[in-house]
Amino acid sequence: MDDIRKSVIKTDHKIKVDGSAKYIADIKFKNSLHAKTLRSEKAKAMIKNIIIPELKDGYYIVQGKDVPGLNKVKVIQNDMPIFSDTEVNYIGEPILLVVGPELKEIIEILNEIKVEYEEDIPVFDMREAKDAFAKYEYEKGNIKDAFKKASRVIEEKFYTGYQEQAYLEIQGVVGSYEDGKTSVYGSMQCPYYVKNAVIQALGCSEDEVRIVQTTTGGGFGGKEDYPSLIGSQVAVAAYKLKKPVRLILERIEDMSYSTKRHPALLKYKSALDEHDNIIGMDVDITLDGGAYATLSSVVLQRSLLCAIGVYNIPNIKVNGKVVKTNTPPNGAFRGFGGPQSTFAIETHMAHVANEIKCTPLELKNKYFVKTGDNTSTGGKFSYDVKLEEMIEKAEEISDFSDKYKKYSNEKGIIKKGIGMSIFLHGCGFTGSGERDFIKAKVKLLKSKDGIVEILVANTDMGQGLHTTFKKIVAKVLDKNYEDIIYKNPDTDRVPDSGPTAASRSIMVVGKLLERAALRLKENWIERQEQIIEENYKHPDLIPWDIEKFNGDAYPSYSWGVNVVEVEVNTITASTQVTGIYSVFDIGIPIDETIMEGQIQGGVIQGLGYASCENMERKDGRLKQHSITDYIIPTSKDVVNIKNVLVDNPCDLGPFGAKGAGELTLVGTAPAYADAIENALGVKVNKIPITPEWIMEAIVNE
Amino acid sequence: MNKTITLKINNKTITTEENSTKRLLDFLREDMDITGPKEGCGEGECGACAVIIDKELVNSCLVTIGSVQEKEITTVEGLRGTKQFDILEKCFAESGAVQCGFCTPGMIMAAHALLSKIPKPTESDVREGISGNLCRCTGYNMIINGILMAAKRGDGLW
Repeated sequence: MDDIRKSVIKTDHKIKVDGSAKYIADIKFKNSLHAKTLRSEKAKAMIKNIIIPELKDGYYIVQGKDVPGLNKVKVIQNDMPIFSDTEVNYIGEPILLVVGPELKEIIEILNEIKVEYEEDIPVFDMREAKDAFAKYEYEKGNIKDAFKKASRVIEEKFYTGYQEQAYLEIQGVVGSYEDGKTSVYGSMQCPYYVKNAVIQALGCSEDEVRIVQTTTGGGFGGKEDYPSLIGSQVAVAAYKLKKPVRLILERIEDMSYSTKRHPALLKYKSALDEHDNIIGMDVDITLDGGAYATLSSVVLQRSLLCAIGVYNIPNIKVNGKVVKTNTPPNGAFRGFGGPQSTFAIETHMAHVANEIKCTPLELKNKYFVKTGDNTSTGGKFSYDVKLEEMIEKAEEISDFSDKYKKYSNEKGIIKKGIGMSIFLHGCGFTGSGERDFIKAKVKLLKSKDGIVEILVANTDMGQGLHTTFKKIVAKVLDKNYEDIIYKNPDTDRVPDSGPTAASRSIMVVGKLLERAALRLKENWIERQEQIIEENYKHPDLIPWDIEKFNGDAYPSYSWGVNVVEVEVNTITASTQVTGIYSVFDIGIPIDETIMEGQIQGGVIQGLGYASCENMERKDGRLKQHSITDYIIPTSKDVVNIKNVLVDNPCDLGPFGAKGAGELTLVGTAPAYADAIENALGVKVNKIPITPEWIMEAIVNE
Repeated sequence: MNKTITLKINNKTITTEENSTKRLLDFLREDMDITGPKEGCGEGECGACAVIIDKELVNSCLVTIGSVQEKEITTVEGLRGTKQFDILEKCFAESGAVQCGFCTPGMIMAAHALLSKIPKPTESDVREGISGNLCRCTGYNMIINGILMAAKRGDGLW
């Protein structure tokens, strides 16, 4: 059989190309009703009264009092109501649903409902926020001592903005009730998150709830926890009305009110000795969590764990908090806290280099972590760190250092620039999450006639999991990948193999499938149905202590080097990206074309984060909330990415594969910022670096 | 009272009493159960609903059914089974042009419209040709490679 990495045709290719794949909005449910959300007009208020007009026959209100269980969305903390009909904490917060057969009539009812509020003073600015959802701090060495000994201190602040996932398929779910069972169908990453949320909402037993993922048109984290909210809403509606209830959001609702990447303020302070060695680094990170806790505490953890990047600095202190503001709750987005701090540490290193008159790469070179080094939190980089080889490769394909020097001294209207970023991403859940919370379980079902089916809760949202999982099992069993069955998960059939998040699917769940397939192969019995079950086993790590923020935060790491090349027109301030080069160590790719797709797509999402994806708030309302005013890259804004993979098989993943999905987004922004600095000789402390910002920078120079 | 509207969709003639201001996208999806065209933004920015109307690539969310009477409307469903579709399908597969697939039917229509006008496009023609179709998964480059591959392999077909 072929090498696992050899590209195959994706198993869901045909139905997606010919338009026959059914996304949630494409599916007709018999006798279904539409639902639309009444949303808060106030950022912080008590609701005194809701005046509902007389409803025509067949139209209903579904609200908090209809929730048979707990009117809270089960995520990590139970703080977010399913229907906020007594108190609201952000503009757009769902108060109730109007449900009925005709959308036009529903909209009229929504317009007629009057909500009487008693307003309170909202908090919009994260710097003024008093309440924090989570706070952590860790220290290595002796930071006080380092700053006492310092001969100079370099201190600066960074800001990173919102980023909207902008998956092409808008959020949508359908609830239905049949024979004592409530089902939710929809676009989602984590069916068991939705299941647990619905069980809590209905206050019912596990076997009374069923969740089915429908073909999902992109997620990028945006469909990790948000479907638990709307899934609970339609479940309550379907349970009350005993009919299917469709809640398909509009783009403007989705962009205005669903979870996004946390805006962040990051303070970096470095202590240098008299020989210009960095002897200490003090980092302080604030994330804007929005109105409810969602997954913010875990996002913050990853942000703090990435704060020192790929460097070994002898004395460090990192602390951070995620604060509560009266704005839409933020949540998961590819990279999960990593992109914010990776931008900051990489750019800070460049600025320190500038102060001590060397190039960023010369400075970074002195501090790269090496195999066997301790991590910032007292864990260990026990697998091979191949950063030197990766940088050599990046130099080879991009001619980085020569261009960097050349562009620094160029004059003219069009200024060229090139920038590099070096970064890592921990694979899997942070800390002991896999062992203590997720406890993944997978099954392989072999029928009497020898057909093997993968039973897992993980979802394909475009990243190719249907194909890669089949390849893993097929390779072990020496079968054709097309002969393995793996359907969109239905919680009535699949065990909880955990969420599709945190770059864990291939490494963690894929490994379990590899093990299950090996056992099936060894115990294969002809003409007999067999079920093989595998459970998560925690690797031998330095135990993670969340209180002390100490130990191995991740079992292994994937690594990346990105180079971005730009041309800036100093008269119009427009920037053209002229080259992107990348080198990644993701262990071994399970499929080269699928991996290339992750790289091309992830790096370009990162480019959007760096350059054009600007989202701002005014008085608690997002100013950009449509595809027209929130600008994501088009085909004309990007160039082909030249990429090289450095093989580094890791025994924790199937066939040596590590996590790869998020890593690809993390490094573009700092490389882009570095390129802008190289072109213009300015200092970047904020992303996105919009043309307006560049214009100001040029004028102020 | 509504007048009867006659539409030619995927080589079939359809008559309807629907309001002439109904969006073509809604008519296709709700009345005809043609769900290849998708609603991604509802304001003509993303191209997920793109169809071909008399050889022009058009966002069907911006068009009323009253305005496209007597015109040839083609969705991805109407392209299925043609030689051009076969080549696009294979080339999209080999180049890894499809991830979540939500933009794909629109991309296929954009590719077909482009190749119908420019059978031998340059990379820059392709970037221009699909610039009205957003994709959030692929970063476009593998789609562009797929279309260039199709142009080469389908030599003479468009």
